[in-house]
Amino acid sequence: MEKVVIADKLTKKFGNFIATNEITFAVDKGEIFGFLGANGAGKTTAMRMLCGLLKPSSGDAKVAGFDVYTQTEKIKERIGYMSQKFSLYEDLTVRENIKFYGGIYGLRLPAIKSKTEYILEKLSLGEVADTLVASLPLGWKQRLAFSIAMLHEPPVVFLDEPTGGVDPITRRQFWDMLYEAASNGTTIFITTHYMDEAEYCNRVSIMVDGRIQALDTPRRLREQYGVESMDGVFQILARGTSTK
Amino acid sequence: MRRILFLVEKEFKQILRNRVLLRMMLITPILQLILLSYAANFEVKDLQITIVDSDHSTYSRRLVSKFSHIENFHISTYEPSYKQASLQLLKNSSDIVLVIPPHFERDLYRNNRAEVQLMVNAIDGSKAGIASGYAASIIRDFNAEILTENFPAPPLQNGQVMIANQYWYNPQLEYKTFMVPGILFELLLLIGGLIASLNIVREKEVGTMEQLNVTPIKKYQFIIGKLTPFVIIGLVQFTAGLLVGVFLFGIPLEGSILLMYMFALLFLLLCVGLGLFISNISQTMQQAMFAAFFCLVLFILLSGLFASTENMPLWAQYLNYLNPLKYIIEVGRNVMLKGSSFYEVQSQFFALSLLTVLILSLAMWRYRKTV
Repeated sequence: MEKVVIADKLTKKFGNFIATNEITFAVDKGEIFGFLGANGAGKTTAMRMLCGLLKPSSGDAKVAGFDVYTQTEKIKERIGYMSQKFSLYEDLTVRENIKFYGGIYGLRLPAIKSKTEYILEKLSLGEVADTLVASLPLGWKQRLAFSIAMLHEPPVVFLDEPTGGVDPITRRQFWDMLYEAASNGTTIFITTHYMDEAEYCNRVSIMVDGRIQALDTPRRLREQYGVESMDGVFQILARGTSTK
Repeated sequence: MRRILFLVEKEFKQILRNRVLLRMMLITPILQLILLSYAANFEVKDLQITIVDSDHSTYSRRLVSKFSHIENFHISTYEPSYKQASLQLLKNSSDIVLVIPPHFERDLYRNNRAEVQLMVNAIDGSKAGIASGYAASIIRDFNAEILTENFPAPPLQNGQVMIANQYWYNPQLEYKTFMVPGILFELLLLIGGLIASLNIVREKEVGTMEQLNVTPIKKYQFIIGKLTPFVIIGLVQFTAGLLVGVFLFGIPLEGSILLMYMFALLFLLLCVGLGLFISNISQTMQQAMFAAFFCLVLFILLSGLFASTENMPLWAQYLNYLNPLKYIIEVGRNVMLKGSSFYEVQSQFFALSLLTVLILSLAMWRYRKTV
């Protein structure tokens, strides 16, 4: 299987504090890779290093075949990114946001046009195409943000807690989009705090204090720790307690 | 190149959509131009004078009546003694005290000379200087009058030098004429330095900056795309200010209008460079606001917009070598009022170019696409 994201002893130190401590993993093409951990466990730091936003202190990593030290701009052409901070322009319309990001990713005008039609139809946003993003419900914004992160058809997309603050039904719709993208061969790298979402992932890693404590499919993790749900696994690892 | 255009288009959409800011950007400069050039006026009028006449003679009353007939002076009170008059200064109800000592008239007759005393409230030094200057000239007038009365031969024929003043470049000594060329450029600092830096820091705060940083946009593309709209808005504002200055205030535009625009463009590049640099070192809009205001106030106070830079202490004059506003105000006044050509303002041009290159490279070096 082709490895799209490879991390080898990837480490980031801020002064004496080790935010990410020698994490090692590899993500397959088309895989949905869940990146779990309590707040402050080092998830966001790790993701930022992989996206070329942060220089690692030591270790190696490759994303879409490019090195995170020397080829960050090449990486940026080949990844999509959606952060926990909502990243669309609220004072632009749906259509204008798509056009702007399309332009920034180097799409030609006809391509932007057809992508716009595709997204508007797929997300049923035709009626609000010329409405300011600020007035859309949060769930719609999140799905639009994901579609925009996928505009340039990147081989891998990084999602940092993309579904915070929305109801389970809206989250489920969001995950339908992720499954569809993954089935088309896009690798999905996602951090989340929702344990039901952890169950949806192909494989899950759980970070505790900057280290990866567990990495496997949700089912095998449940079996290994002898619990009914991912929530149980997480409680044992992240809090050192069991809810069983 | 295409990325830059997309960015410029997006910025303009956002700016034009922000009605409140747009109105502020276009109206406040004009308002400031009108207010500052009418209100920030250093002409000294309506001076309150307290009289202490201890002589009560014909001559002392004549001297006092000369003051009461001058428009700039208003006699606030008559006090019996020096002590009570100084209380008037203390209470701030008087700007200047004229003390006529006893035997004023007798001394004049007997000794051909007499003394009066002026006490001036000098908390505002420049006002005090002007007030005592006015008072001294009134007393000189009075002096000349009594001289001609007592000596029939006119003293002017005794080889005195007469001074005839003629004011060049601002013949009516209009304060507006002095202020407007300076304010025109000072306003560009607001657009470039303040608004541009706040705009970029805002993207940091809402998180879209991080989103842009994970796209393949190049540093130079971001910088050019982000700053171009503010340069254009600045030029529009400059045009509006120039029109108000020339047609509403009747400020002369003796020099080349092209030269004015060339300098406006250069100065705007410097301003947006400063704005970019401030946005680089600030994480929040509050920080950016503080940094921008610090620079703005410092630049304006030292620039010579209100007070002449040549009278500042030496260290301030050295500091002023780094003050872009000082150079551009000199350019504005020289080109608009004197009609200076490029040759006469070339030293300012080189200084401004150097500062522009310096601040822009500093800002570009400091701008990182990483967190």
